[in-house]
Amino acid sequence: MRIEEHPVIDFTRKRGKKVTIYFEGKPIEAYEGEPIAEALHAAGIRVLNFTPNGRPRGLFCAIGKCSSCLMKVNGIPNVRTCITLVEDGMKIERQHGLEPLPKDYKPPKWKDAEKIEADVIIIGGGPAGLMAAIKASEHGAKVALLDENPILGGQLVKQTHKFFGKREQFAGVRGVKIAEIIAEEAKKKGVDIHLETSAIGIFPNGEGKLVTAVKKNKKLVEFYGKAVIVATGAMEKMIPFENNDLPGVYGAGAIQTLMNTYGIQPGKRVLIVGAGNVGVILAYQLLQAGVEVVAVVEAMPKVGAYFVHAAKIRRLGIPIYTKHTILRAEGKEKVERAVVAQLDDNWKPIPGTEKTYDVDIVALAVGLRPSIELLHQAGAQAIYVRELSGYVVRHDDRMETTIKGIFVAGDSSGIEEATTAMLEGKLAGIAAALFVGKADVKNAMEEMEKVRKDLDEFRSGPFGQRTRIGEKKVMIK
Amino acid sequence: MNDEYLSRGYLTIDEIKEITELPSEERLKKKPVAVPECPQEIPCTPCSEICPVGAISMPTPNDRPIVDYDKCIGCSLCVQICPGLAFFMIHYRGEKARITMPHELLPVPKRGDEVILLNRKGEEIGTGKVVLVIPRDKSVGDTPVLTVEVPIELAWEARAVRVKEARE
Repeated sequence: MRIEEHPVIDFTRKRGKKVTIYFEGKPIEAYEGEPIAEALHAAGIRVLNFTPNGRPRGLFCAIGKCSSCLMKVNGIPNVRTCITLVEDGMKIERQHGLEPLPKDYKPPKWKDAEKIEADVIIIGGGPAGLMAAIKASEHGAKVALLDENPILGGQLVKQTHKFFGKREQFAGVRGVKIAEIIAEEAKKKGVDIHLETSAIGIFPNGEGKLVTAVKKNKKLVEFYGKAVIVATGAMEKMIPFENNDLPGVYGAGAIQTLMNTYGIQPGKRVLIVGAGNVGVILAYQLLQAGVEVVAVVEAMPKVGAYFVHAAKIRRLGIPIYTKHTILRAEGKEKVERAVVAQLDDNWKPIPGTEKTYDVDIVALAVGLRPSIELLHQAGAQAIYVRELSGYVVRHDDRMETTIKGIFVAGDSSGIEEATTAMLEGKLAGIAAALFVGKADVKNAMEEMEKVRKDLDEFRSGPFGQRTRIGEKKVMIK
Repeated sequence: MNDEYLSRGYLTIDEIKEITELPSEERLKKKPVAVPECPQEIPCTPCSEICPVGAISMPTPNDRPIVDYDKCIGCSLCVQICPGLAFFMIHYRGEKARITMPHELLPVPKRGDEVILLNRKGEEIGTGKVVLVIPRDKSVGDTPVLTVEVPIELAWEARAVRVKEARE
């Protein structure tokens, strides 16, 4: 099912050329520019693979982070179909557990790797990475940027709502539009952009750094630079409940990817778990896409989102049940029902309060955790900071980690929001240009001071308190 | 104000009065006036930045917007730009009131259409008539804005509309 009419996005204009892919031998119509798993979902196929003990699995994150969507593509197993684009004639099969590579398959060799050189290598093309690229370029550095997704903009590309902050920080502008503006700006600045390219390691290389990567699942690439900025974002959390792996239990972001990036109807009736910003904004976006939301349940006694976002869905008739949680999802091979219950003051479900909803989607909006895998592999010192939602790496006031020349920005340095990700990106970009000896010292120092002031100002209210506490814990003096 | 409203997800009119003084009846009769329903200290400033007459005070970005009703000219720019869709305009006209509100759903009703009025908790409370539509491409905030004429007793209740022939 595809979305033909939408109040914010014109999908008919966005869609590419029609192609045919083959799922288990059956032809399926898809559009160029959309990933495999998304195209399958549009055709009503939700089960993408089976675990070794036979449980069906479907999408979960839809941004290449969780491996819940691995399938066999043209005979090659373990392909992340949520970020691999369709090609005409592609053969797609469900995978059963881990399957071996075909015997005659010849993996690419590092000696044949493409070599890219720049002053600053940026991993991640979301708000933080793009802003870092813009600023590092502005301050004289040659920048190469890689991102494993097929589109620039990170999670902004699926945000139809308008952002907070000040107007100079894009307040009042929709996320989808912000993504377009900063991606365009980065291109104009001459940033060398590599999409569908996954970084798989960061290594010291003499005085500089080497980032190894895989392009389009088949080509090896080596990025040589003097500094690296890691802006790899975050990944959605999962909570334990019965059948939480049933296809149709999707991360909130996956649903946004389906409907707002690719114009695919995620389902007919949705239960949302979590009334933080992601949960209530998702509810509003589902209404905009013409999908029914039966309720938003929240285990906490209060809505965690900015109130105004919650008010938007309440006045359009979506109930929010605080002190409620999901007990289980039900259905054969896909979600058909969800059972929720009220919680007592000790977070225990109250017997007799169970309620069953007929839904085909359960959306989990239960928080994010920073994606620090590459930083961890590179040896940066990481600590657990509850206020920043997980393990994060320590950094100084220029966003430099405990490893000289490796910087961090955005959600990978602690969960916050796009506005602060862009500010942190600016800081890291300028600092990296300074580190590689390209920036004018006085200019760079002055601009970094202004960005720090903007960050402090944004975080100065009650909603910034968690970040303020968290930042104190990670900051290297 | 206690934060009980956060367990509900909507404000009552008494809670709104606690966060911001409402315009006088005399002012409401004069011309449209902007009233924010923005109870939290959040880092957000577009309303005060866009106001052409400096009627919205916000000493720091995390302060709540406070409207000087005498200065407000009823231009609706704050309704158009507010990222939280939390600004409304009210205008009393005899037995009727006109409410100006954001509307980001399809279909966008046309001038003259009768629409179902929804209160802050999404309950249907009556009908109103659309008297003005600012379409998305004319709105500075990319958000369509409707002015809906309602019975005056619903002036402080109706905060959204459902278009009658809504697609199913």
